[in-house]
Order: sequence, then C-alpha cells, then structure tokens
Amino acid sequence: MNRINQLFKNKKDILSVYFTAGYPNLNDTNTIIQSLEKNGTDLVEIGMPFSDPLADGPTIQASSLTALKNGMSISKLFEQLKEVRKTVSIPIILMGYINPVHKFGIEKFINKCAEVGVDGVIIPDLPFNEYYEEHQQLFENAGVTNIFLITPQTPDARIKLIDDNTKGFIYMVSSAAVTGAKKGLSEAQLAYFTRVNNLNLKNPTLIGFGIGDHESFTEACKYSKGAIIGSAFIKMLSKSSNFENDIKKFISSIRNN
Amino acid sequence: MSKSYFKTYPNEKGYFGEYGGAYIPPVLEEEMRKITEAYFKISKSHEFISQLRSIRKHYQGRPTPVYYCNRLSEKYSGRIYLKREDLNHTGAHKLNHCMGEALLAKYLGKKRLIAETGAGQHGVALATAAAYFGLECEIHMGEVDIKKEHPNVVRMKILGAEVVPVTHGLKTLKEAVDSAFEAYLKDPINTIYCIGSVVGPHPFPMMVRDFQRVVGIEAKEQFFDMTGELPDNVVACVGGGSNAMGIFSAFIEDEEVTLYGVEPAGRDLSVIGEHAATITHGSPGILHGFKCYTLQDEKGEPAPVYSVASGLDYPGVGPEHSMLHDLKRVKYSSATDKDAIDAFYELSRLEGIIPALESAHAVAHALKIAKEHPRQSILVNLSGRGDKDIDFIVDNYGLPK
Ligand SMILES: Cc1ncc(COP(=O)(O)O)c(C=O)c1O
Repeated sequence: MNRINQLFKNKKDILSVYFTAGYPNLNDTNTIIQSLEKNGTDLVEIGMPFSDPLADGPTIQASSLTALKNGMSISKLFEQLKEVRKTVSIPIILMGYINPVHKFGIEKFINKCAEVGVDGVIIPDLPFNEYYEEHQQLFENAGVTNIFLITPQTPDARIKLIDDNTKGFIYMVSSAAVTGAKKGLSEAQLAYFTRVNNLNLKNPTLIGFGIGDHESFTEACKYSKGAIIGSAFIKMLSKSSNFENDIKKFISSIRNN
Repeated sequence: MSKSYFKTYPNEKGYFGEYGGAYIPPVLEEEMRKITEAYFKISKSHEFISQLRSIRKHYQGRPTPVYYCNRLSEKYSGRIYLKREDLNHTGAHKLNHCMGEALLAKYLGKKRLIAETGAGQHGVALATAAAYFGLECEIHMGEVDIKKEHPNVVRMKILGAEVVPVTHGLKTLKEAVDSAFEAYLKDPINTIYCIGSVVGPHPFPMMVRDFQRVVGIEAKEQFFDMTGELPDNVVACVGGGSNAMGIFSAFIEDEEVTLYGVEPAGRDLSVIGEHAATITHGSPGILHGFKCYTLQDEKGEPAPVYSVASGLDYPGVGPEHSMLHDLKRVKYSSATDKDAIDAFYELSRLEGIIPALESAHAVAHALKIAKEHPRQSILVNLSGRGDKDIDFIVDNYGLPK
C-alpha cells in the first residue's frame, strides 16, 4: 500500500502543508520538509514554481517569482529530493503547472517522481480528459497518484468520474477562488462540503484554499479527512528568521490553537 | 464538398489542429462550459444577431471604409488599401468583439466585465461596452503600460471603469492577464472575463474571432466593389491576433490571396527579451489556459518580451494563428520598432492618417511588399488610430525633419 493510502487509512484530522520549492531560499526545501514532519505534519505538498500560476493567489504567486529568481526548476527540485526518503517518511506531493512539466517531459517527470519517492502530483491546469486519454496509464504504471481538484461548481457527475479515476484523495477547493488565507467558512461552503460528503465517494477528501488557522482547520476536519494550508504557512516563512522554531510554533498553533 | 473552414476549426473540444484547448483550473471549467453553450445557443440566435447588427451600424459606425492610399502607393508603388478600423467607434477594432462579448454577458445575467489591456484599446473598448450595457467594468493594466498609454487610462476612467495597476514581473500585458484571471477566479459567477484577443481557453479564441469576422466580411465586399477582384495580399499585425483573424477569416479559403501576419521584432529579433515575435521564434507551449506558439525558456517559463507597441508584447499568440502557421496558410513575418515608427510617420504625412503603433507594424510590412511587388494590391487592416501613442513617440523618437 502506498504512503497516501496508508495515511488516510490510519489517520483523521490530516494536516497537509503546502510550500513553494526554492522559497525563501533555493536550498530550504529539505530543511522545511524535515521540520514539517518532525512537528506533526501528515502530508507535504511542494509547489513547483511557475511565473503565471492561474490557480494561485498573491502570496503563492509572489513566493513563486522569488523561487524562480533563486534558480528553482523541476530538475533542481528532483536533485534536492534525491535523498529525501532517507530521512522523511510522510507522503510527498508535487504541485505545479502543465507547461514546465511538458517541457521537462511528462513521462520523465512521472518516472522521476517514482524514483525519488514522490507519491502524488497535482497539476491544476491539466484537463481531466487529457489525463484520462493520454496519461493515466503512465501514472498508474509508475505508482504515482494524480490528484484532482473539485470546486463548488463541479457537477456531481464529474466528481463521480474523478472519484472513479483516482486512487488517493480528492482535493476539495473550498470556494470558487484562488488560494489565499481568509477567515472562517461560509454557509455556502459548508453546504458544498455536505453535498460532496453525501455522494459517498470511495476516495477521502481534503479541504484546501482559505484554511489558515486552528479554527478553520478544525472546522474543515468536521467535513473531511483533513485540510491543506498554503498561503498562511508561506506568509509565516517570509517573516521567519528561525525556521525550526517558527515551523514548530506554526504547526502547534494550527493543531492546538 | 468538404466542410467549411469555420465549421472545422475549432473542433468540439476547442482545438485548432493541436493548438487551443482549455488548460484551466477546475474552478473555471464549469464556467467555460456554460459560456460555450451560451455562445452557441444565444449568439447564433436571430435576436442576438439582429441586436448586434443594429449596434454595429448605429453605435459603432460600421461598416468602416476601405480606403485607397494615393500618395503612399505612388511613393512605394504597389496599390495599398486600408481597412479603416481606426474609424470604428473608440478608434480600434477591439470594440467589435467587446460589444459581442458584453451583449452575451448581458444575456448571461453577468454584472461585471473584467479584462486585461496592453495598449489600453481593449480596455477602452470594454469600458465603452460596459457603459453601453450598464455593466460594471474592471481593467487590469501593467504599470509600464499605464505610463505609456496615459490617454487611454484617462478614457477608461471617464467611462466609469476601474483601472487596476499590475505591479509584478515586467508589468506589461502578460502580467495584466495573470492579474485579470486572478480577479476572475474570485467570482466567476457574477463576472465574465472578456479576454482582449483570440487567446485564452476555449471558447474565447473562437468567440473573439467570430465577433471580429465582420471586418473581413466587409472588407472583402468593399475591396471587390472598388476593384472587381480579390486583393493579392492581406496584411495585419499580430499581438494575440484578433484584428488579423478578423480580416484573414474572409480570405482563408481564397488561395490566390497571400496572407501576412506581422509580429513585433522590437529592438532586436536575435535577442530574447528584445522582441515579441512569438511564431517566428517560439515553440509550442501552454500559457494562460491554451496551447500555442510561446516564447519560453528551456524550463517552460515564458520569456520576457518587448515591443514599442504595448498591444503586441505578449509571449503567446492565438491558437488559430499557430495552426495557420503550421498549415503554411499565413506567412508570419516581423517589423522592428524602427520600421513601425517610420511607417507611422509615412502614413501620417502622406495620407493624413495617424495609425496606432500596433497597426504601424502592418503598414511597415505592406511598404516592403509594395516595393518588392509593384504590380500587386495590398489590403492592410489598419486596426487602430494612433492618438494614444503620440506623446510617447514624439518624446522618445522626436519629429522627423
Ligand atoms: C490598434 C491595435 N491593433 C492591434 C492590437 C493587437 O491585438 P490583436 O493582435 O489581438 O489584434 C492592439 C492591442 O492592443 C491594438 O490596440
């Protein structure tokens, strides 16, 4: 059983943290992953920076531009992750945009993921149909999970189709919005979580976009197996002069208030 | 007989050959599906077409004329004709698709129009359409372009639009598109992103082309009326490619007509960052939700671009142009800043027509063809007027003697 399935089988209130590779500094990637695991993060999502990230808000956009300036790239990231499995055992997911992945070569990309021990990928601008018609077999052969996003606008039939074609979890985008930490969950959001839960999907869900503190995390966990925090974590990193310490404080503030 | 060009491209999934499609986050998927459906259902209805026709005639002042350039043709030889989109209301071809998109938005019950703008012509056109239909309007514009195209910024504000300055990256057109997308994603239900050219995810490249087809349909008939034949050459500048698709569309199936798309060669075609000749120097890539020729580095990052014309400095290009290049149906060439400035003054002083800097690229190439083929006719899409550019040009390039 792969690390993602294992995690969802054994745990609830899963805390997933997103950060941009190469931010704030080019070689922070492994330090951040290790520190996240040590402090009780269950899953880590590493953003592969792109200059025009259509699904991301200002915080992640800005961190991506800095990371690119620092010299981050897909091949650089794989180089950094080469030894990651010697020290880290939580699932690792890469998130990024289709053009750099295409340039790198999609087959090579998937095989590299498998080789270094990346468990899944999220490519928000990869159309479902293209995945289904052209890439699904590649992913499955390599044992790398492709994770899909759904939103309040996604029709039930589509959600079910996605559920039938993925084997990890479904990323529930909490609102029709780009990433960015906001306060509180609205009634419309809660209605949407309930609607998705009533579909009885075979895959578990995580809630993402707009989760940034203990309150929103706890609230999200009531409606899914856990939640993903991105922008709030990056904001913290941008102000931190001591990662070890500040990551510890951040994670514990999410878990325990 | 085989199916007509327009019924073949794009295909059902929004592809022009291998280009186009919709590479977008799921938040937009459902919205794009709705817009596509509305486009086929509403925009093709008799009611919609009648309304749009009436707007074009009484509000935009269409048809715009085709004009034979006496003195320019005499000096450069050839027979040079201009399709006068500079005389379209608001001074550029952009209003053609803006009125269509805004009318569709009205039918869809949208409250707000969002768009990016480079030269400000699309922004002005959309702000105009918003005022006409009583909709809110928000225009994203790079800070560099805000300075350069000051008169258009003022026009947008007078028309009641909100102008959002974009401060990241090179602060020009590509970044303005990023920013407009970001704003759109926050509320795709009440707003619609009226993209400014034949770019973006399906259905926009198709929709914008179809609303621009009026340019070609008029021009073909007018040219025939004046000459009794088809033009030997049709020339248009290509940023995203909307004015070019507008005029090319009428001639695509006439193989005797040579079509030229003119890209901005900027300061130096051999240096990355000094031009925006996407088809000439790019390779297939995916940017802003669609696949097209893209100026990019080996990591798949869009390359920096530059042109003296704010409406042309984009690292991508319409998917249909990408296909027409591969099919060799359109010849893509380029004109430098200097060529464009020279043509700007030539047209101003020989014909009394001040062209937009974008359009001046097309004029520059037409002059080249005229010299090489003195017996041929050349129809240029004069996509806009140059009032917006006059201060910038005189300040930076001075007046010719
Ligand atoms: C007058 C004029 N022509 C051409 C363009 C370039 O756009 P497109 O290639 O879509 O026609 C612009 C864009 O701002 C413009 O203002």
